[in-house]
Amino acid sequence: MSKSSLALSGAGFRLPKVEHPTVEALRMFARNPSAIVGMVMLLTMLAVAIAGPWILQADPFEIAYAPLTPPFSAEAWLGTDYLGRDVLTTLVYGGRATLLVGAVAATLSVLIGITLGAFAGYYGGRVDAVLMRITEFFQVLPALLFAMVVVTLFSPSLVTVTLAIGIVSWTGTARLTRAEFLKYRVLEFVRAERAIGAGDARIIWKVILPNALPPLIVSATLAVGAAILFEAGLSFLGLGDPNQMSWGLMIGSSRQYVLSCWWAVAFPGMAIFVTVLAVSLIGDGLNDALNPKLRAR
Amino acid sequence: MLRSLISRLLQGLALVLAVVVLNFILVHAAPGDPVETIAGASGGMSPELMAQLRTQYGLDKPLPVQLGVYLSQVARGDLGFSYFFNLPVSEMIAERVPATLLLVVSAVLLAFVVGTGIGVLSARKPNGLLSQFITVLSLVGFAAPIFWVGIMLVILFASIWPILPVAGMRSIDSSGGGGWADMVDVAQHLILPAFTLSLVYLAQYSRLARSAMLDVLGSDFIRTARAKGLTESVVLYKHALRNALLPVVTVLGLQFGNVLAGAILVETVFNWPGLGRLAFESVLRRDYPTILGVLLFSSIVVVVMNQVTDLAYRLIDPRIKTS
Repeated sequence: MSKSSLALSGAGFRLPKVEHPTVEALRMFARNPSAIVGMVMLLTMLAVAIAGPWILQADPFEIAYAPLTPPFSAEAWLGTDYLGRDVLTTLVYGGRATLLVGAVAATLSVLIGITLGAFAGYYGGRVDAVLMRITEFFQVLPALLFAMVVVTLFSPSLVTVTLAIGIVSWTGTARLTRAEFLKYRVLEFVRAERAIGAGDARIIWKVILPNALPPLIVSATLAVGAAILFEAGLSFLGLGDPNQMSWGLMIGSSRQYVLSCWWAVAFPGMAIFVTVLAVSLIGDGLNDALNPKLRAR
Repeated sequence: MLRSLISRLLQGLALVLAVVVLNFILVHAAPGDPVETIAGASGGMSPELMAQLRTQYGLDKPLPVQLGVYLSQVARGDLGFSYFFNLPVSEMIAERVPATLLLVVSAVLLAFVVGTGIGVLSARKPNGLLSQFITVLSLVGFAAPIFWVGIMLVILFASIWPILPVAGMRSIDSSGGGGWADMVDVAQHLILPAFTLSLVYLAQYSRLARSAMLDVLGSDFIRTARAKGLTESVVLYKHALRNALLPVVTVLGLQFGNVLAGAILVETVFNWPGLGRLAFESVLRRDYPTILGVLLFSSIVVVVMNQVTDLAYRLIDPRIKTS
């Protein structure tokens, strides 16, 4: 008590060091055990997907051993599928396509969502009405069916699949961004910026967006998980790129033989599960770190 | 009230119209035309026959005319003719609707009842075992691919523990008919697909119901109810539950499109003869009219569900007036 009052009045008084919000968020994230577990899981998956094919040097479509070799055998650790393709090899190569499509499609959907949401929320009025109608339209379209139609019509490839997923999954981000922009655009610091003559573009991207980012980062993380599931679903239905091994493709192609080789379906499914779980653990961790007030109970 | 209903109806119609136009644009933007697809499917065709087919399908007319024809056809409920099954698309959809309806309604009901049930129960002990279970369930429910869960269940019940049928809607020797034995047969076939489809939503609803319930339980009118000396169960199930259901009902209605997406995957896994299975079959065969018909039909269902949700919302919460 006396010590602190002394310090306040004395010459040694220093302002308490204020942590930069980003640093604080990172510190909180690093203290969250489940977020760290998610991070480790995801980094492992990424490392395997990037380095694995380079180490294995094999063709995932190649027939390696006798068909239907059970897992945990000497040559094929995770067994082979009905054609004799090595499940471990296909798993390692399949991760590339799945993770790549997931990441790019999620980025695309977040970019579309943020841009449309920012314009709608910032300009309001007629711009808002038109953009929200478009958003409503895409919310009404059953996403998976629409993506199926697009991929079928324009032939399945990594590009069409990525585009299709990006196009159908941006509406949530757009609504979230719009709500944030509606909240910020009337605040004093934004008005001040306008008063000193800043243009719309500067206010949208440099002033409001950085403040609106925390909830958007969380939703972008979850979008990656959703995009990976979406890609897996499409390739399970036979709408993935037939020339790119992916986890969904493995499940889809072995589906009819599942009773004689459960491992060819079980392992890629687990890989998808672990990846999406990792991403959502990270998302939850980021949510706790970035929006402490909104912490889920 | 009436005016807002009408304007909502018009909005819904506009959305459906937009889907129809989008359908049309997509088909015409895609490389190749339907006749080429038919020619490819039937293994080659003479140029004369292709030209004749183009005239027959009206593909030689200018695009705006074709759009007009297509719109008037759709307005009359004519969704075109399947290249592959050689049946009117609307007939095929009508034939598949009951199966999908049965699957989706059972799954959503299951998820709603069980999900809100455990959500509400867990709110009594915010850090109890049930609450932790919900946290785990919601992570797993989001992360596990639904078709994979389905296949794993097929493996379990086909080879390890064969007590339930894993494919189709009726036994092979079933004569159908709708008698008591038939209903039991269908119900047995329904268990696994409905359970699989409900998992995702079960996880979501339990989490939603739990957090809504915790919110409501902290509010003043609950304290008043308790202060009046009402029993805890009346407070929980009469006062709080009604308010806690609101977000669940909203999400349930607005997510209907997602449930349909899940149904496509689940029907494919379990060979359930519904709309989703039809979509899958027609995609495999590049049967555009059918897949577009299913897309249009599903969009209409989603639009209707959104309107119904809106109405249900007002019935549950009289504070929400026309806005």
